Amino acid sequence: MIKMMDTAELEKLARLARIAMSPEESQGFRADFNAILKYVSQIQTVSDAAQTEGGSGALRNVMREDGEPHESGVYTDILLHEAPEKENNFVKVKKILP
Amino acid sequence: MIELKSLTISKARKHLIDGDFTAGDLTDAYLKRIGEKNPDINAYLEVFDDVRAQAEKADRILKENGDKSPALCGIPFATKDNILIRERTASCGSKILEHYRATYDAGAIRKLKEHNPVFLGRANMDEFAMGSSNERSAYGLVRNPLDETRAPGGSSGGPAAAVAMDGALAALGSDTGGSVRQPASFCGIVGLKPTYGAVSRSGLIAMASSFDQIGPLAKTVEDVRLVYEAISGNDPKDSTSFSKPPVADRRPQTKTIGVPDYLEKMEIDEDVRKNFDDALEALKDRGYKVKTVSLPNATHSLAVYYILMPAEASTNLARFDGVKYGLRASGSDLFDDYVKTRGEGFGAEVKRRIILGTYVLSAGYHDAFYAKAVSARQSIAREFVDAFAEADVIATPTTPTPPFKLGEKTADPLAMYLADVLTVPANIAGIPALSVPAGTVIRDGGELPVGIQFMGPHYREDVLFAVGEASEASR
Repeated sequence: MIKMMDTAELEKLARLARIAMSPEESQGFRADFNAILKYVSQIQTVSDAAQTEGGSGALRNVMREDGEPHESGVYTDILLHEAPEKENNFVKVKKILP
Repeated sequence: MIELKSLTISKARKHLIDGDFTAGDLTDAYLKRIGEKNPDINAYLEVFDDVRAQAEKADRILKENGDKSPALCGIPFATKDNILIRERTASCGSKILEHYRATYDAGAIRKLKEHNPVFLGRANMDEFAMGSSNERSAYGLVRNPLDETRAPGGSSGGPAAAVAMDGALAALGSDTGGSVRQPASFCGIVGLKPTYGAVSRSGLIAMASSFDQIGPLAKTVEDVRLVYEAISGNDPKDSTSFSKPPVADRRPQTKTIGVPDYLEKMEIDEDVRKNFDDALEALKDRGYKVKTVSLPNATHSLAVYYILMPAEASTNLARFDGVKYGLRASGSDLFDDYVKTRGEGFGAEVKRRIILGTYVLSAGYHDAFYAKAVSARQSIAREFVDAFAEADVIATPTTPTPPFKLGEKTADPLAMYLADVLTVPANIAGIPALSVPAGTVIRDGGELPVGIQFMGPHYREDVLFAVGEASEASR
């Protein structure tokens, strides 16, 4: 049996996911999650004898040669154009070390 | 005046080659229609400013090459707001990407551009493709053109509504758990979710990468096939995409349709069920046999999906952190920047799924949920492979109910999730599935469309097109 989610656990998960929630969202989510978790718990009844390949067909590694790099800097302008804050040719963030 | 209601890609193609009208005329007719209908329907978030230039280019190609022109030359398209077109906005229906301008073309767009179609604009969607009603776009809900009090389905509600309101001849959507087929069914058109890997996912803003597929929406099976042929094939930028199927499957067709036993365990609207049975009867008249096939674990597909999809979405959406692109909200430090950016940029359903995904992947619950769901997925996929030894295709209604009212399910996430209960199994198994209109049911004195879904073995879209056309012709 799955234990129901409490507020402290929800807040911890939201912090792990880097998401701010309003108090209303937090309250609503807890009720939603408990209904959803109760529903998805039915998977415990699936017989999982088949440990074969599934889903998307045969699993295989797709490799490519590590070569033919593009010319340095050709994508810099278009990519940096999307950055919220930048300085010279860098994206800028608040300081990382306290 | 071009009559848009009965126009299809194949008919438009003939008119363009014969010179009955130009791509420019066709584009103008669609722009006019969009101008009239879009203020009510909200299918388009943006009509591109260069559509006439695109049409002029198509006309030059048509003039020069005649019937040697690419099959979709000059055909007007709507594209879902999560498919990248270089230097165009792609907001994914979200505030967090409101001003994001795509830095490259999606693989499917690259292939489509070789045909010189006309990209009319970007179509509305549930935020990050999370929803089954298109009521969860940050840019307003979409109305069903056939009954404006009802949902067009989702998450590709904008693309489906664009085609259904005669605002485009075809559209590209994306289908993770039914997001092409369910809106196609609700809007009375045809929609295909291809085999996983048949169409490149490069440049499709990722939700759940092991399920996501771009798929076409159009008015006929033939039109859907034409678009599918144009966009499918290997793309070096998506290592799961293929040109030649890795498994050869060219079994002779026996004209056998399987009906899964799990249908009996599901709550399906009586009129929808009757409609489905009638559609099967009509196919019997065309030489098809119908038999029940056993898929004992597939009934748990939706539960498996609502573990794996949030897990993958929580991982994929970690990239929206206000650093490289998109919205940034400023906080007291870098960590606070992340929390505020994502708190302000994401809507409630996106937050719900990210947190749910974080939960099922967390140390204490990983084995009970995620690992168990991965193994259950394999069991279900195996069941489908076995079932296709007995039947060419497996048929169900596309949706358990006719189009529901706007607002009917927004307060209850689980009720909304259940709208996908019949479409999700194909995504779980990675198999192709096609929704085709199969008549109407009466609600509040009006007719509402209902779709029939055909699922096929991996790589066998051809089988779906054949049975889909037979079903179309039997109506």
